[in-house]
Amino acid sequence: MNFAPDTSIDIASAVNRATAPSAQPKLKVEKLNFYYGDNHALKNINFEIPEKRVTAMIGPSGCGKSTLLRIFNRMYQLYPGQRAEGKILFDGGDLLSKDLDSTVVRSRIGMVFQKPTPFPMSIYDNIAFGVKLHESLSKSQMDERVEWCLRKAAIWEETKDRLHTSALGMSGGQQQRLCIARTIAVRPEVILLDEPTSALDPISTSKIEDLIDELKQEFTIVIVTHNMQQAARCADITSFFYLGELIEVAASNEIFTNPREARTRDYITGRFG
Amino acid sequence: MPSEHIVSSFDTDLKEISRRVVEMGGQAEQLVADSVQSLVKRDTELAQKVIVLDGPIDLLQREIEEKSVLTIARRQPLAGDLREIVAAMRVANDLERIGDLAKNTSKRVLALTGEFHPQKLVRGVEHMSSMVLEQLKEVLDAYASREDTRAIEVWKRDGEVDVLYTSLFRELLTYMMEDPRNISLCTHLLFCAKNIERIGDHATNIAETVHYLATGQLLTEERPKQDTTSLTAVPFPS
Repeated sequence: MNFAPDTSIDIASAVNRATAPSAQPKLKVEKLNFYYGDNHALKNINFEIPEKRVTAMIGPSGCGKSTLLRIFNRMYQLYPGQRAEGKILFDGGDLLSKDLDSTVVRSRIGMVFQKPTPFPMSIYDNIAFGVKLHESLSKSQMDERVEWCLRKAAIWEETKDRLHTSALGMSGGQQQRLCIARTIAVRPEVILLDEPTSALDPISTSKIEDLIDELKQEFTIVIVTHNMQQAARCADITSFFYLGELIEVAASNEIFTNPREARTRDYITGRFG
Repeated sequence: MPSEHIVSSFDTDLKEISRRVVEMGGQAEQLVADSVQSLVKRDTELAQKVIVLDGPIDLLQREIEEKSVLTIARRQPLAGDLREIVAAMRVANDLERIGDLAKNTSKRVLALTGEFHPQKLVRGVEHMSSMVLEQLKEVLDAYASREDTRAIEVWKRDGEVDVLYTSLFRELLTYMMEDPRNISLCTHLLFCAKNIERIGDHATNIAETVHYLATGQLLTEERPKQDTTSLTAVPFPS
């Protein structure tokens, strides 16, 4: 098989087909290369994430999709030896530029991880903790904010009577929705979801998928998933990565019924691993 | 199909579904040929056989449908695999209807036993059916080989069947006016002709399915329809 980079991907038109009427790009990746030491993990990625849409990234383990997600969140800067080249335009600025404060970036681009990661504190404090870093709110404003984001994350009914009990006592699905609530509490513009339901049962998964559908009214969502049906259900646009390259980007309903690239087809139909 | 799946039983399932559709196609084709033969030769024995042999075709259709539904539930097929299964179900439906239409033609043969039966009246139906049989054979080959171009050819040629049907319609009406003893036979023949014309339509449905299977695109273009019998009137000769 030939794995030369395909420069013919017409991202703009794929995005337009998927998102008509037109959606503005929220994040614009230009000629991005990423290295873990000597390992060239992402190769010349050009990619647009449209605003207030759900964009899925799929591909086999090690293809670079999670790496890209972590770059959006500037997490790579925590590790020496990891470096990125190229540009990621976000509201006119470059996310990779050293001038941007990582804390500010992360409040505007939130992330939810594969395993639920509640802080060992109460449900209320899990949410208030992040908000306090960025804003000084009165007690009543904070109460409002907590309720607002728990409602948004479809977990208010289950938690309103136990806000001051430990978040660790919640089920895995509830913990994950709490993490989503915590992410939206600081009112980000983009939410990054890294396999958010891979550790959850089907019912919790459905609730989170329903939530994703709800959240895209207000937020731009990027989701990495290994569950092809989940990408087909949730995402407006799906991108396929393989060995550090972006192989194909298209409207999800196209990519799952009639992908253009042979490698995409082989991957989504389970022909190579 | 391209390379094999990682789960080899998935390949086995898909091949099995497709194999049964091809088998069903062969049976339906034979049934149509036999039903026309039974009409032309006034062969009631053959007609009886056609009526009985429609049963196994119905059974195959149910089997294909069950197997397809099960495969969707178990494997969640995508892309070409999904189209493969959707196509199998659609083609099986068309073939099942084709079997029914052949059966209906043969039932009419039984009804006509002992009727006045001038051979020249069935010529037109025979001619039309040879054309439809060719269409059916071609489209089933296109399905078996996933050849889009052959399917499109069949799709385009259906207009010729329609033209023939319209002229046959006029011809049969004329025979009825000429001699009232022809009415019973000609009425049945008209229905037989309509059956065969419908079989042609099902062949074009299959062609559309093959196109979707091979390319992932739906044929949205309007097919040129030339069956104008619903607008046709033949004035009674004064």
